[in-house]
Amino acid sequence: MSPVDPNSTAAFIPILMMVVVATVFAGGTIAASHFLGRRVNTPAKLMPYECGITPVGTARDRFHTRFYLVAMLFIVFDIETVFLYPWAVVYRQLALFGLIEMVVFIAILLAGLVYVWAKGALEWD
Amino acid sequence: MDIAFLIESLAKVLIVLGFVLLGVPLIVWMERKVLGHMQDRIGPERVGPFGLLQTIADGIKLFMKEDLVPAQADKVVFILAPAITVITALVALTVIPWGDQVTILGRTVPLHIADVNVALLFVLATTSMGVYGIVLGGWASNSKYPLLGGLRSSAQMISYELAQGISLVSVVLLAGTLSLAQIARQQAHMWYVVPQFFGFLIYVISGIAETNRAPFDLPEAETELVAGFHTEYSSMKWAFYFLGEYANMMVVSGIAITVFLGGWHGPVLPSVAWFLIKLTLFLFFYIWLRATFPRLRYDQLMGFGWKVLLPASLLNLVVTAAVVAL
Repeated sequence: MSPVDPNSTAAFIPILMMVVVATVFAGGTIAASHFLGRRVNTPAKLMPYECGITPVGTARDRFHTRFYLVAMLFIVFDIETVFLYPWAVVYRQLALFGLIEMVVFIAILLAGLVYVWAKGALEWD
Repeated sequence: MDIAFLIESLAKVLIVLGFVLLGVPLIVWMERKVLGHMQDRIGPERVGPFGLLQTIADGIKLFMKEDLVPAQADKVVFILAPAITVITALVALTVIPWGDQVTILGRTVPLHIADVNVALLFVLATTSMGVYGIVLGGWASNSKYPLLGGLRSSAQMISYELAQGISLVSVVLLAGTLSLAQIARQQAHMWYVVPQFFGFLIYVISGIAETNRAPFDLPEAETELVAGFHTEYSSMKWAFYFLGEYANMMVVSGIAITVFLGGWHGPVLPSVAWFLIKLTLFLFFYIWLRATFPRLRYDQLMGFGWKVLLPASLLNLVVTAAVVAL
């Protein structure tokens, strides 16, 4: 057994330590390299990289809606995935009830997937 | 909880940080050496014995390099983004058990930084945060290639995260717990890869896509996107993306080992040695894949994630649930 109850909030204290240590390490390293490196800035050097030619237009441009679509689909399916975790943990206590409930749930999930598939939301050309 | 617990935890945090900082150069060296031999070359051999110090030399060089922040970039986000990638990878490593508990000075020390009851969920949540490092880096550069690379990368990562998450649910079904320490302990006699071989396959494929490694290294498709989201990065900030990528490979391998490949269990050798052996083999597998497969096309990649892996992982879950219930 570990000295701290895994169910308590105290079990997260070492994680908090890692967050602090990692942040200090990241901040320190980036700051150090900022001061160590030699810097000779010219306007041409500070331009966005576009294979050596002068940049055309802006990068803050519109991009394809597909990316929004993927993000939305992801949120829907990811939330449903999160629902599966607590179910999986207590599955043996739920027995047959748990199985039927989850088969219905996954069937609805699959129906959603089939729908977006049929609508062409998963096509990329 | 007492002072000893805090000191012990801090020591383990520093050990893991040190392991990552020493381990990543070693993995990079291994990658270059293995790729070299697979392509009938020798690979690095000049700096140090067998070229072992090559990556250290590269690291020092990067440290001294010019630190460029493009004039049009969103400066705060530009600096923050690589740090996010590294921090999330390091934080995800805290819950992975790398050995059985040991007794030091009459004190039982479990060999993982934090034993929390939601460890598996915590890893998934933290690695999801890693997407921010990439999409923000691509956006903050305010340049076209990074923007496209960042968008592609984030779409790829979130797509494969679904299959990855669902493939892990099947093991949770068998284990009945989300605690990685307990899942590892349960595999003393049988590894979960045996009943969950299909789930393991899905996990490995989506794990490789999650870490943007070949053959799924689309964000870095240099022939079309220069260097993807980190085109505008230089010096230590670029090195941080590199460090983050390899640390994330360690996370994916660590989870695969803990959940499917018996954790630190193994005969004769001490548990930590077994964990390191499995980690090395898994990372070797990563490199082997890179040497073997050509890169996928982007539409093939997204199609594979949504149309093959996601339904397959759901099917695997339903079958597992039915077998457990009956």
